[in-house]
Amino acid sequence: MMIWVILMVMTAAAVMAVLWPLSRSAAVARQVDPNTQFYRDQIAEIERDRDRGAMLPEEAEAAKAEAGRRLLRASGLRDHEALAVGEPALRRRRAVSTLALSVLPIVALAVYGAYGSPHLLSEPPGAQLRQDAGKLDLDTAVVQIEAHLAKEPQDGRGWDVLAPVYLRLGRIEEAVKAYESALRYLGRDAGRLASYGEALVIVHDGIVTADAQAVFQEALSLDASSVKARLYLARAAEQDGQVEKAKSEYQTILASAPPEAPWRGFVQDQIARIDGNQGGSAPAMREQPNAEAIVGMVQGLASRLEAQGGSPEEWARLMRSYVVLGQRDKAVAATKRAREALAQDAAGLRTIDAMAQELKLTDTGP
Amino acid sequence: MLVEAGHFALALALGLSLIQFVVPLWGARANDPVLMSVAPSSALAVLGCVGFAFLALTFAYLTSDFSVLNVVENSHSTKPLIYKISGVWGNHEGSMLLWVLILCLFGAVVALARNSIPMRLQANTLAVQAAVTVAFLLFILMTSNPFRRLIPAAAEGQDLNPLLQDPGLAIHPPLLYIGYVGFSISFAFACAALIDGRIDAVWARIVRPWTLAAWCFLTLGIAMGSYWAYYELGWGGWWFWDPVENASLMPWLAGTALLHSTVVMEKRDALKVWTILLAILTFSLSLLGTFLVRSGVLTSVHSFAVDPARGTFILGILMIFIGGSLALFAWRAPLLQQGGLFAPISREGALVVNNLFLASACATVFIGTLYPLALEVLTGEKISVGAPFFNATFLPLVLPLLLLLPFGQTLAWKRGNFLGTAQRLYTIFGLAILAVLITLALTRGGPVLAPFGIGLGVYLVLGSLNEIVTRSWSRGKPLSVAWAKATGLPRSTWGTVIAHAGVGLVVLGISATAWDVESLGTLKPGERIGAGPYELRLERIVPRQEANYREDAALFRVFRNGQELGTVESMKRLYVTRGMPTTEAGILTSGLTQIYVSLGEVQPDGAMGVRLYYKPLVLLIWIGAVVMALGGALSLTDRRLRIAAPSRAKASPPVASVPAE
Repeated sequence: MMIWVILMVMTAAAVMAVLWPLSRSAAVARQVDPNTQFYRDQIAEIERDRDRGAMLPEEAEAAKAEAGRRLLRASGLRDHEALAVGEPALRRRRAVSTLALSVLPIVALAVYGAYGSPHLLSEPPGAQLRQDAGKLDLDTAVVQIEAHLAKEPQDGRGWDVLAPVYLRLGRIEEAVKAYESALRYLGRDAGRLASYGEALVIVHDGIVTADAQAVFQEALSLDASSVKARLYLARAAEQDGQVEKAKSEYQTILASAPPEAPWRGFVQDQIARIDGNQGGSAPAMREQPNAEAIVGMVQGLASRLEAQGGSPEEWARLMRSYVVLGQRDKAVAATKRAREALAQDAAGLRTIDAMAQELKLTDTGP
Repeated sequence: MLVEAGHFALALALGLSLIQFVVPLWGARANDPVLMSVAPSSALAVLGCVGFAFLALTFAYLTSDFSVLNVVENSHSTKPLIYKISGVWGNHEGSMLLWVLILCLFGAVVALARNSIPMRLQANTLAVQAAVTVAFLLFILMTSNPFRRLIPAAAEGQDLNPLLQDPGLAIHPPLLYIGYVGFSISFAFACAALIDGRIDAVWARIVRPWTLAAWCFLTLGIAMGSYWAYYELGWGGWWFWDPVENASLMPWLAGTALLHSTVVMEKRDALKVWTILLAILTFSLSLLGTFLVRSGVLTSVHSFAVDPARGTFILGILMIFIGGSLALFAWRAPLLQQGGLFAPISREGALVVNNLFLASACATVFIGTLYPLALEVLTGEKISVGAPFFNATFLPLVLPLLLLLPFGQTLAWKRGNFLGTAQRLYTIFGLAILAVLITLALTRGGPVLAPFGIGLGVYLVLGSLNEIVTRSWSRGKPLSVAWAKATGLPRSTWGTVIAHAGVGLVVLGISATAWDVESLGTLKPGERIGAGPYELRLERIVPRQEANYREDAALFRVFRNGQELGTVESMKRLYVTRGMPTTEAGILTSGLTQIYVSLGEVQPDGAMGVRLYYKPLVLLIWIGAVVMALGGALSLTDRRLRIAAPSRAKASPPVASVPAE
């Protein structure tokens, strides 16, 4: 309620600023005409300067004559005293008063109503802050851990906690860095290495690079039973064209898998897919493995970029991912969103433009 | 709650500006002093409202109120206090609010200067000013509202662009905006004169201090921006002919021309129509600069298309005000009384030449800035117009202007004597040639023209100071008499002399860049790198953790001819929230010369990439600009007589020079 009183007082003060000079009409009318007063002052000043000796008499005469001519011109033009009083002047003042009393509150309320958030005024402060608590908590937690790590970057446990969260939020590059920090400060443990390798694979759009392979090998050397490492190594073999080797590796994993393992179905799918593909002539298998995982990752990335924005590289990755998944329309839409989001960032826009060119998403130009 | 009250105040300011626009115009037409007197009080009330809105936004930044979208996007709770404040105008929405705040501030000062401005002129001026305010308030409220809320509130902000987290940002935009917006007053006066159909020397005398004040601030703002780019971007350059820089240079050139043409108008009652046109053009170029920087057309024509609301809106404002004022000019200017003719060899003749050169220089910058944009829109082809174009077009226009500068300053009003003037400058010319010869003897390398640049600089500085000497010293008289005469010269004379000498200093600084030395290297601690007479030894690299960034600081020891001069530190920072790296150049100043170190990449073997510049006399570029602004300010304190008559003013407050404060 308080706030409405304040807004009303503000409006009233603004109206007063217009009404006050109108109320002083008598005073204004009595005033000497400011147009001519200006030149009268000038003449007085010239006389002072002449008396003081700052001006030669003949110069002062010339200057006075000039100012006098201007004074005549100004006073010949109008007669203010007659215009400040009288019936038409009164009507004009009434019209302006009405204008002030109506236009000011109407314009202010209409504009504020259209662009402001008046509903926030009635709610108790803070109420609106508690909505969507679950999401907020995760964000808050991430922010807090980040703040903590900014002060104590050597705390490996913090990085260890943060890394999978980053992965889930689609902040892949940060996840990779977090895993690297965790590995540095907590040691190279097989599980952590395998997760790190996975993050590396996701960064490279599902391709198991040589770096990632080395990481998985190291994980296996520490713990030969690491399923994650073996699965990704099998995928690496497949991507290298060693399809048979990949298939036999998948079969070995499947044979040793406990019956309740949730990834059994996934491995069976891989084997089935390899069998299916081998008959055909096109070994275009790169993007197919684990497509659901990639789709999920892309969705995570998309929703995060949508909600919080991100770096130009992340937008570019999203565009590329859509193209890889064959969703050109989404890629085009992502390009548009990226340009909007990075409108203030010249270098970022260049990155986006370059990626759009590379992917031939050029139908968004003006 | 305060945020909402601030938002409401902005809406209220819109309503008030509408009244400030309509009522005084009506009053001036109906010749009603009461209606005209609504102008000053509503101008003050608009300032109150916009000021309150600005304070409310500042408060939201200070308390890190993350339910305000603008705060979320540009602030962070761990950001140092000064950047929380400067962050208010470190973004599009906030900077537009600052723009309008300064506009209203100027309006309020005009409102308070009621005794020095005839009433009708004041009422019309404030009405035009209000029209500009209405347009920009609508722009802010509709397309760039800094008070947009984010519900639910964010937990943490996204931080301010690290490049902008610098004391330079706290000062540069306000200075620049005071300059830009200050020209709106000249514009409003010009439109008011056109509406009234009356213009005389009094008009020029009233407008001149405003133009001068705006020009001083714009000069400082440009110099500040240039220095900021120099030390923050880490490239060691100080002017890149970048469209954003050109956007501020164009109004500066036009404003400089305006400044000189108002002098002619004030002294000789001539060049009236041209002065009015210049006043309109100067502010139009300010608007254009705002449009170029704010609509996003510069980063990419695409970004303009992506957010058409903003760009189109500013384009609309541009068309209404530029088109409207030029139409008004075309309609009313023929009614204005023409001033008298004058001889070509005279000070006013020289000032006309000055205006011609400045206007042409401004036109070349205009073409170089807008042509690539037009080309991109029409054909999609991206070209960049850079230093070569401007060196080929801008310099040939500016060089003769600079050569003529001491002549014009020495010429008498009404009827000058060219030979007599030239005689008075013989000595100066000789000294300048001597400077060229000395430079040639002392230096090796560098472009052929550089020594002549030094000569030109010396010629400008001495040629300007020459005016004081010739006006106060005569052979056989004791120095004390000369001193008394010199100190007795009007302050505007001193202001002219100092501002022109500042131009000379800038020319000296620019010419000296020809002897810059740049060296690149990768250093491990203990290793050395040299540039010019200086040598740097990398002592150590220290990692540091600050509130919102971490940095690697490299500490160097500086030697000159084996003698140690001190240490200098250069940093590479990573701003955590945005994940954005920046470089902080290490700068050691010795006299007017600077040593500039910026860090590159860390090599795999732990060596640090280092880029070292030796920049002789580089500080003169900015010192010269500051001296120019100082000259302007000194001239502003001169209480000139209200009419053209030779007289020496005694101390009494300047009547219409309030904006200097």
